[in-house]
Amino acid sequence: MPEAILKAQGVHTYIGQHHILQGVSFEARSDAVTVLVGRNGAGKSTSLKTIMGLLPPSQGSITFRAAEIQRKKPYEIARLGIGFVPEDMGIFSNLTVEENMKVAMLREDRETLRRLEAITDLLPDLGKFWTANAGNLSGGQKQMLAIARAIVNETALLLIDEPSKGLAPIIVEALIDTINRIKEHSVVLLVEQNFHMAGAVGDYFYILDDGLVVRGGDMEELAGDEALKSRYLGISAAVEK
Amino acid sequence: MAGALAAFKKRSGEVSLAAAVVLFMLPLLWIPGKIYLTLTIAGLAMGMLIFLVASGLSIIFGLMDVLNFAHGALFAWGAYTGFSVFKLMRVWVGADSVLKNVGVFSVAVAAALLAVAVLGMLLERGLIRRVYGSHLFQILITFGAMVVLVELIRVFWGPNDEVIVQPLTFRGSWDMQGVIVERYRVLCIMIGLLVYAMIQIVLKKTKLGTIVRAGVENREMVQAMGHNISRIFTGVFAAGAALAALGGVAMSVFDRQVYPDMGGTYLLFAFIVVIIGGLGSITGSLLGALIVGLAYNYVAYLVPWAAAAVNVLIMIIILLIRPTGLFPAGG
Repeated sequence: MPEAILKAQGVHTYIGQHHILQGVSFEARSDAVTVLVGRNGAGKSTSLKTIMGLLPPSQGSITFRAAEIQRKKPYEIARLGIGFVPEDMGIFSNLTVEENMKVAMLREDRETLRRLEAITDLLPDLGKFWTANAGNLSGGQKQMLAIARAIVNETALLLIDEPSKGLAPIIVEALIDTINRIKEHSVVLLVEQNFHMAGAVGDYFYILDDGLVVRGGDMEELAGDEALKSRYLGISAAVEK
Repeated sequence: MAGALAAFKKRSGEVSLAAAVVLFMLPLLWIPGKIYLTLTIAGLAMGMLIFLVASGLSIIFGLMDVLNFAHGALFAWGAYTGFSVFKLMRVWVGADSVLKNVGVFSVAVAAALLAVAVLGMLLERGLIRRVYGSHLFQILITFGAMVVLVELIRVFWGPNDEVIVQPLTFRGSWDMQGVIVERYRVLCIMIGLLVYAMIQIVLKKTKLGTIVRAGVENREMVQAMGHNISRIFTGVFAAGAALAALGGVAMSVFDRQVYPDMGGTYLLFAFIVVIIGGLGSITGSLLGALIVGLAYNYVAYLVPWAAAAVNVLIMIIILLIRPTGLFPAGG
């Protein structure tokens, strides 16, 4: 089994008075895509925000490359090599695509510019709309821009929150292709409700329910367990087809 | 569809420009040509002075969404810092030397920028940072800060009005075939244009400016991209405060006086200008300030008793036509 680049152990997080994460533990393993699945309100997005430092945990530890990060500020965590694509994509609508990328680039050295070139090859729409206002892009193009921003720096771990949400099936297929290419270079921790996408890109899974991890394992195991999917994800075989 | 929209935007832009030119020329129906030109230059200078005060407020209120009632007090602190420099270097003020006159003005501006930027930084770190996102708390806390800062002026410089002597080079005017052009007004127009250009370059052409604009839109996301947005916003607030100080020095030399409550007088103008121009738009603030300056001068000549009210009237008319102002950021 590959080593874990990120480990969350016994993490508790509150949003206001609400106790969202109630002792969550999971790992993101190197050279793989780990998927957090679960129903709405299970704590998936909160888990990613907690890792990013946007919601500080009240208890527990989060280690990235064996160093604790749970007390660090979001910008310090990002500078360690963790990229984040939030559920709402976090696009700066009043800025152009170029300016969005510029904000994301922590350095403008040769290596970063080479990565930028590779990204525009991978996602040609970005180059096409380079000087357009990002607010005018389609949903799929915005998602691609959000991912591009997160990987333009040297990213060891990429956190992506529900990238398929609200996208047309054909765009989801393109997204699956993109994430499969990204996973050749970065570890990906993905939150996803669309089981088709989770199954197509994921290697490992964790099911979250009411702020706790209730199951984890190989994605193939989840794909073959109809009872588990029905109980925790509300997916029946008929719906999946 | 996009083409039709662009054509409509272009057409409505042309109509707006034509309407603006007509309005600008309208006073010529009642004012003789040479007096009109003199009033226009005076109005442009007044507009630029108001822009200097409003540009800082446009950054703090328009971009950062902080209702800063202490902005007028920061303006007054800038004016008093300049006043102290003028007092210390009074020999240069009265010297018959362009270099020394410009020198003392530059030192006064630099001292005011530095002192008020530090004051702004302390204000942001100590108070404002705690009330981001809550206009009610911002009003309460910045109003309190304004009272304290004005009282501190009374403690350090005394409660009375003080006279500022204009450097010799800035006094007087040129008579260009009957059109009177005051020297200091020309300097104010130049400073205003320079400040406008610098703000535009920083915000639109530098990476820092791009990060600031991104931070205004989504603070959390900018942090998650590796930027220390708290530190950047402290810097932005300090820059806004420094611009208030520049306005304070320029305006006090124009008015030839400083007094502890002077900030309140100009804060109203600044808020009107920022609202007319559209929140967060520096170009809008410049245009708003020029409209206010010109209208004030034309109306003061034609109907003196209505001069003070005309700016509020302009604000009401513009907001009725365009509720988001002339150039709202991102609009």
